[in-house]
Amino acid sequence: MATDKQTKIRTRIRNGVTDVLVLVDHPMETGLRTDKKTKKKIPPHFIQVMSFFLNGKEVATANLGTAVSKDPLIGIKLKNAKPGDKLKITWSDNKGESGTGETTIKAD
Amino acid sequence: MKKILLFLAALGVIAATSPAVVADPASDLKNFREYFKKKFPSVPFDEYANGYYYLPGMESYREQWQLYNEFPPYELGLSVGKKIWETPFKNGKTFTSCFKNGGRKIAQYYPYWDEASQQVRTAEMDINACLKKNGEPEFTNLDKDQKTRVKLADVTAYFYSLSKGERVKIDISSPGAVKAYEAGKKFWWQRRGQLNFSCANCHMELAGKNLGGNQPLSAGLGHPVGWPAQRLAWARLETIDQRYATCNKNVRAKPFKHGSETYNDLQFYETFMSSGLPLTAPSMRN
Repeated sequence: MATDKQTKIRTRIRNGVTDVLVLVDHPMETGLRTDKKTKKKIPPHFIQVMSFFLNGKEVATANLGTAVSKDPLIGIKLKNAKPGDKLKITWSDNKGESGTGETTIKAD
Repeated sequence: MKKILLFLAALGVIAATSPAVVADPASDLKNFREYFKKKFPSVPFDEYANGYYYLPGMESYREQWQLYNEFPPYELGLSVGKKIWETPFKNGKTFTSCFKNGGRKIAQYYPYWDEASQQVRTAEMDINACLKKNGEPEFTNLDKDQKTRVKLADVTAYFYSLSKGERVKIDISSPGAVKAYEAGKKFWWQRRGQLNFSCANCHMELAGKNLGGNQPLSAGLGHPVGWPAQRLAWARLETIDQRYATCNKNVRAKPFKHGSETYNDLQFYETFMSSGLPLTAPSMRN
């Protein structure tokens, strides 16, 4: 299922290691909070899997849970990435929503 | 009894005839800057635009803040604001049609005194006026409706981001502007709430210290240049009026309405006091 949630990516190369930072606007509801007005539990809604692809090859997977904050910022470090490489990030949540973000790694 | 009355009358006459203390905005501004220069001699003037992170003793907060700024979470809200700003209205026009220079590099003159309507106009007001002019629904019910308010904050943040780095320049030449300035100044110095604090108590005398243990207090100089801002505790972009309201609540005073004349005057005063500082909005704040 497509989504209107933004997936922003930023990369930076430091000492041959590429830092990849991903920012997603996601409510990350735990399912434990109650709506103050209706007194009903807010249903859980959180990202479960986030995958990182470098030039189409999966290089990392993150299994996220309810402990992760709202609008999560997830970072990984890549060793073999070069400027010009294509980076793709996909995520999916427990409601079946998913999002993708793509970027090209730039030289600093 | 007659004596007392006479005495009171004499006092009244003296009070009425004694010359009023003249404090024009320019000398106020000078004193305000001097105050902080004396209080924090190690802090360069421009760093006041970055909130309290550059005050002495705030090093640990500054480190966190710099890490946040590598990929600031307000970028999400800013993208929403950009989208609203660029999406055409039903009549085909966009927000750029309502602002001089297409909205670029003009935020440093905000808020400004409007001679025609005899009031201080903020960026939020002009954005709403633009919507009204083009027959679009305005952002209303800002006190209660958080979603709408955040949307307005997002657009305002984008508007301010178009002028990032421009130095604040407020025109205070007309008598009406001085009047609004005086009203804001009064608000700044007036004690309020159950805690009986004025703005100046915390943001001048206690600036750089902690209130109630864990809330560092910023310096009054440079307050408005970073707003709309995203606070860590709020995790969303918010308007400056919302910050004023919550600040009033912190001293247990009844907050004024969002967009009320009182807050506009206060913003006018505060922005004038921050004259010459570069705009850094949107920004991250604790």
